This record gives sequence, structure tokens and C-alpha cells, in this order.
Amino acid sequence: MAAINRDDVAHLAQLAHIEMSAEELDRMAGELAVIVDSVKSVSEAAGDDVPATSHPIPLTNVFREDVVGHTFTAEQSLSGAPDAYEGRFKVPAILDED
Amino acid sequence: MTDNNELIRLSAAALAEKLAAREITAVEVTQAYLDRIAAVDGKVHAFLHVNADEALAVAAEVDAIRAAGGAAAEELHVLAGVPIAVKDLIVTIGQPTTAGSKILEGWHSPYDATVVERLRAAKMPILGKTNLDEFAMGSSTEHSAYGPTRNPWDLDRIPGGSGGGSAAAVAAFEAPLALGTDTGGSIRQPGAVTGTVGVKPTYGGVSRYGAIAMASSLDQIGPVSRTVLDSALLHQVIGGHDPRDSTSLPDPLEDLVAAARTGHVEGMKIGIIKELHGEGYQAGVENRFNESLELLKAAGAEIVEVSCPNFKYALGAYYLIMPSEASSNLAKFDGVRYGLRVLPEHGPMTIERVMGATRAAGFGDEVKRRIILGTYALSAGYYDAYYGSAQKVRTLIQRDFDAAFAKADVLISPTAPTTAFKLGEKLNDPLAMYLNDVATIPANMAGVPGLSLPGGLADEDGLPVGIQLLAPARQDARLYRVGAVLESLLEAQWGGPLLDKAPSLTAPSLSDSSPAASTAGAASSHGGSH
Repeated sequence: MAAINRDDVAHLAQLAHIEMSAEELDRMAGELAVIVDSVKSVSEAAGDDVPATSHPIPLTNVFREDVVGHTFTAEQSLSGAPDAYEGRFKVPAILDED
Repeated sequence: MTDNNELIRLSAAALAEKLAAREITAVEVTQAYLDRIAAVDGKVHAFLHVNADEALAVAAEVDAIRAAGGAAAEELHVLAGVPIAVKDLIVTIGQPTTAGSKILEGWHSPYDATVVERLRAAKMPILGKTNLDEFAMGSSTEHSAYGPTRNPWDLDRIPGGSGGGSAAAVAAFEAPLALGTDTGGSIRQPGAVTGTVGVKPTYGGVSRYGAIAMASSLDQIGPVSRTVLDSALLHQVIGGHDPRDSTSLPDPLEDLVAAARTGHVEGMKIGIIKELHGEGYQAGVENRFNESLELLKAAGAEIVEVSCPNFKYALGAYYLIMPSEASSNLAKFDGVRYGLRVLPEHGPMTIERVMGATRAAGFGDEVKRRIILGTYALSAGYYDAYYGSAQKVRTLIQRDFDAAFAKADVLISPTAPTTAFKLGEKLNDPLAMYLNDVATIPANMAGVPGLSLPGGLADEDGLPVGIQLLAPARQDARLYRVGAVLESLLEAQWGGPLLDKAPSLTAPSLSDSSPAASTAGAASSHGGSH
């Protein structure tokens, strides 16, 4: 597996929507390289015959009755919003256009 | 009349008895704890918020019901009037929930977690919210955006993490009980380094509804206390099926309190995990661990050795699965629906750039590291090698546990490889920090329950050592049965609880005047009403 470098971290930070300074990218790249190196052995631990486990105690068909349960009022839902307008979340522009 | 200092040192079980017998009132107990918080939390910084008014109101309600007598008094829960602290990762109406992060500073949840609803139904006064590593990411509570919590045994040392606040609150007699969450050891490791008891129940045994998720397939809420019986009492309050958590087990809850009260080990097989002691474990930790084994043997248990060869991959697999799930769970902090919004200093004001600036300012370094690591592990091209392989390791760890439990009823190991280290010692070395969880992570990977209890003080530094017990999934009762026996054997040796040997925190001492201790005092004023 390839090592993780500064360009990778810059790309990942963009995907994860975290703005990072040049200095932060340098530091993060160094730290992550050490961590990734230490977890590499995991890929050699199990053969193809070993099934994956996603949940420790799997439950199947967890359904509830199709009825309206507890709902929040618009006021409750908006109570923590940084910005709201006429009962809705107010969001910055989606597109970078005028 | 019991004086305040005696009152706060009583176990939750003893408080419950005295409350039921009307020897003390819930208001007296709650006020005694609030006074203790006011007296020592400037040094310890276990609390991010103190909920005095509501706690006293609930206590007064319990006292009024008891005074009136009749059916309502009869129906009171056994822990009614016994106060509790709640880790600030668990949402509560009427108090802020920060998850230890700047991104949620001052946020109030519009709903209660299921476990909090159950505390309210039992009429347990909630003393406040306890400090943690940001989003529960850490093993020292140093990653809290609101300053570290300090270990009541030595204020220059870490209280463990992520639930250092809950463990320190209980160890410093600022609360008789607390709630924690455990994703890789965040209840058990703080318990170990503070000389307290902490239990990670079977995955799904306690509802996660209202616990801010880090890694959904690993996270588990559980009890934090000073005695094994107290943890059983609290586990019984919060455990059991919850339809609002789709991973909640439908099984009826066992009688865990009875298990703790009728503990026995005679004829039981207790397995030492070959891979979880010896090399890499501090000498004092090994010594206390071996003494516990001798005590259990003398009490009639059979000690067997088991091998879990795949545990050596557990830490690596954990540091792929946990960040992968965390990077996804934390995507919701986008500066739109709740929490912080930071606008970029210049350039176009688009949602993407607002998100980038918000998350840059709102998340601390460790959270950013894990989000980036998780985003990497889930990337196209790396997914199979990293996340896919880690999930296979999870299967191997489960198989190791199955084989071990075929030979032993419960397993035993030290909870953490070392005693509490100094604040700052591992802060700049993420990998060294991660190694603290080497003995606790396998339980989360497999979903099995684990309990940590105090095993004594290490010879070399006089700090608490934790003993971990592990049981098969859904067999949490075994932990309480064995834990209660080991606790009573150890306390007979010590001549009382281990916490009797901890510093008082109120007597004048050198650390009172240290600049570090006064910084903690300043930080603790955050959001607090104390």
C-alpha cells in the first residue's frame, strides 16, 4: 500500500470539508504517515476465506409499525441553527455564481 | 445526622438504603455533592456544566413523595434521589451538550437520550455534564476543547479518556455515579487509572439513542461508579431494549444487581489472555494483576491460560474502523443545522467554503486527524485493503473470543498497560496515546461486555491499577458475579476501599498553589452555573 503524502492529505481535507493551512498539512501528513504505517499489517491478517463483520451483534429486520412517532416542531428543529429564516434553515449559496 | 464528608463517601447502594429508611434526604445528599463540586472541581475540572437547580428540584420532589408515603413512595425506584453525573456526549434537555468540542459550544439538545429519560423516570438528580476528549476521541481527556480534567490521585496526571470527567467526578467524590461511553475503552481505562469501577455492557445492551455517535458499531453507554454493586444498580436503570435504537438487543435484562450481591467464583474457570499481559505492561500493573489471580484461585476459581492470537491486529483494525465510522458520523457538523458557523475571511461565500471554515475552526487536531484517516481508509482504491481488511480482523477477533470462552467462563487482564501518565506526556505522539487502549479495544471489536475494577496501587508510583474482566456477549451478569468477589477480597486486604488512600483534595497541599492547578480552575468556569 502506498504511503500517505502531503498532496493526499490536502485532497482528503478537501473531501472532508476541513480547510487546512500549509503548516497544518505538513504536520498532519507526518503524523498520518506514522499511523498508516502502523495499521498496515491489518491487510495481511486475514485471507479471502474470512468473512467481514460490520456489526458485532447482527440483528435483522428491525422494523417498527408504520405510524407517526414523536416529531419535533419547526421551532425545536431550528433551535440550534446558526441561521434561520421563516421557519427554515438558512443556507449559504450552493453555487459559486452571482 | 451524617455529616457531608461522610455522606459523599457512601456508595450509591448505601445512599439508597438510607434514603429509603428516611435517615437522610435527597436534598441533603444532592447539596452535599454540589458543595463538594464547588470545593474541589476548580482543581479537578471534571464538570463542564453544573445543573444545581434542576438537581435540587428533583431531589426535593423525591423527598416530598417519601414524606407523603403511600403508593407513590412505595413505587419510587431504588435509586430515587441518588445523584448522578452524565458524560457530555449524551444529550440532555435543559443543559448544554458540547461533546467537548467548540463546534457544539452552547448547543442545547431538543431531546433527551434514552438513558437520560430513564434516569429521570428513576428520579435521579442529574448533577451536571462531565468533561471528555472532543467527541470521545482520546485516552487522556486532554483533547477536550475546554481544558483537561485532572486525576484526583495526582493533579499533574491524566484521568484517562475519553471519559476522564466521569471517572474523576466519581473518584473525587463529586458524584456517586456517572454515565460514560466506551468505544475502545473510554469507560474502562479511565476507571483503571482513577481507582474506580467502569462497565462497558454488551453491544446493544444499553440504548445509544442520544449518545453523539463516534463509531456506531463500537460505541456503548455504560455505568461509572465506585463499587461493583453500584455499577450493577445503574446498569439495571439504563439497560434493556429501546425501539429508538435499531441495534438495541431485544433480550430482557438479567438481574445484574442480584449477580453483584450473590457473587461467587468457586468452580469458575477464569482465563488469562496470553497476549494481554507481560511485555509492554508496567511492572506494578503486572504485580497487582498476579495478586488478583492468586486471590481468585484461593477463592476456588480455576485459572486457565487462553490465547487470542489475532488480538495483535485489534489496535490496527480499530484505528481503521473507528475513524472510518467517525468521518461519516461527523459529516453532519456542517454549520447549517446546529452548532458553530464560521464564514471564510475572503472569497466567495459558498456553502462548501463555509463548511470548510466552520470545521477548521470547530474541530480540534485529534478530530481532524481521525476524520482525515477515516476519509483515507474509505477512499476508492484503499477501501478493500484498509476498511475491508479491518472488518475481517473483526471476525478473527470474534473467533478468538469464541475459542477462549469455550475454555473459560470469564477472561481477565490488566485494563491498561500503565498507570496514569503525566499531562502532556503523550499529547504530541498520537500512536503512543493509542496504545493505552490495547487491552480494552478487543471487547468493542467483538461486542462483548467488559468491567474494570481497582486492583490496587502500583509499587513504583503509588497510582491505581485496573483489572479487566470480560464475558461472552449477553453474559454481563458474570462480570458482576466475579467482580463483586474480587472487589471484596481486595478490600479485605486493603482494609477498606482503595479510594480511602486517595488525597483529600481539600487539605492544603503543595499542588494547591501550583500554576497548573489554577489554570484548571479558570477553565472550569465554562458554561458552569457553580
